Amino acid sequence: MPGISTASLPDIVFMLLFFFMVTTVMRETDLKIKKPTLPKATEVKKLERKSLVSYIYVGKSKVEGQGGDKIQLNDRISDVKDVKYFIFAERDTHSEDEIPLLTTSIKADVESNVGTITDIKEELRNINALKINYSTLKGDVMDNVKKK
Amino acid sequence: MAKRDLPEINAGSMADIAFLLLIFFLVTTTMDVDTGISRKLPEKQPADAPEPPKLKEKNVFIVTVNRNNDILVEGETFMTIDKIREEAKKFIDNGGGLGNPIDGAEPAECDWCEGTKDPASSDHPNKAVISLESDRGTSYGTYIAVQNELVGAYTDLRNRLSKKLYGISYTELLKQANNNASNQSLKEKVKNIKTKYPQIISEAEPKK
Repeated sequence: MPGISTASLPDIVFMLLFFFMVTTVMRETDLKIKKPTLPKATEVKKLERKSLVSYIYVGKSKVEGQGGDKIQLNDRISDVKDVKYFIFAERDTHSEDEIPLLTTSIKADVESNVGTITDIKEELRNINALKINYSTLKGDVMDNVKKK
Repeated sequence: MAKRDLPEINAGSMADIAFLLLIFFLVTTTMDVDTGISRKLPEKQPADAPEPPKLKEKNVFIVTVNRNNDILVEGETFMTIDKIREEAKKFIDNGGGLGNPIDGAEPAECDWCEGTKDPASSDHPNKAVISLESDRGTSYGTYIAVQNELVGAYTDLRNRLSKKLYGISYTELLKQANNNASNQSLKEKVKNIKTKYPQIISEAEPKK
């Protein structure tokens, strides 16, 4: 009985390797806040063209005892007033015709306050960045409310 | 053939190297797809802009979420989240009167609505406005849950209409239209459904 030839094993493994290399997205920003638990929703849309999306994170501070919602833009915890500079910086990296397509994705924790989100929305309205997306997971909406 | 001059490179360890890399990428891969509820914010009005026309009270469906995450509909009924969708659908689909003119045609009744035609509720889906009021202290989870239900109400109605007109659900129709972007008839169908049930949800600024 001849053994099974393993000559094609490297090929198979390479194929898998390439698949994972291509699909891998390296995380660009480290979270300085506690990882937000995203709310769940059913009527969700997929965000296409990730290069056009800028992310705003909202959540609790990692330091214990610091209350209130923190906003993270890029790698820093920032103030609501910095949102506009963040968006301006994002716009600079895109060409003129892509600017109306830019979407701001708000990744906020389930337990953050609507007030914080409204402040961000108000800033976005001021600079005419109107396309937003409330980042959610797919799931049952009742989960958002139950936990307490 | 005689003996080869050059010995072949031993490729036996190739698999091991590839495996190592494979495991590295397997571990670092995050397969998360970004999903969410998409919204378009209203444009900022200049300070001297004329007052927007007043809407008739019966054409506005007010959902209020207070700081204790209680949900109040039309300022009088407390409601749990799972009831909102039905209420919103009833309101949008009422069709009690004449709508805004579509494409310059005469204002007409909503002949695709299946509502009760209650004169005290909304006139027409394109006149029906859902207004979501919130408090600064409302929890984001509840807020999203309510938003989701309101969007869901529109999706349900659109699905129903699309099934009736074209035999497939609106969600399916959208998927098909996205997959063949050049297909004009699919685009027309999507547009038709959208004008029949336009999604008008206003997020009012929260009370201080």
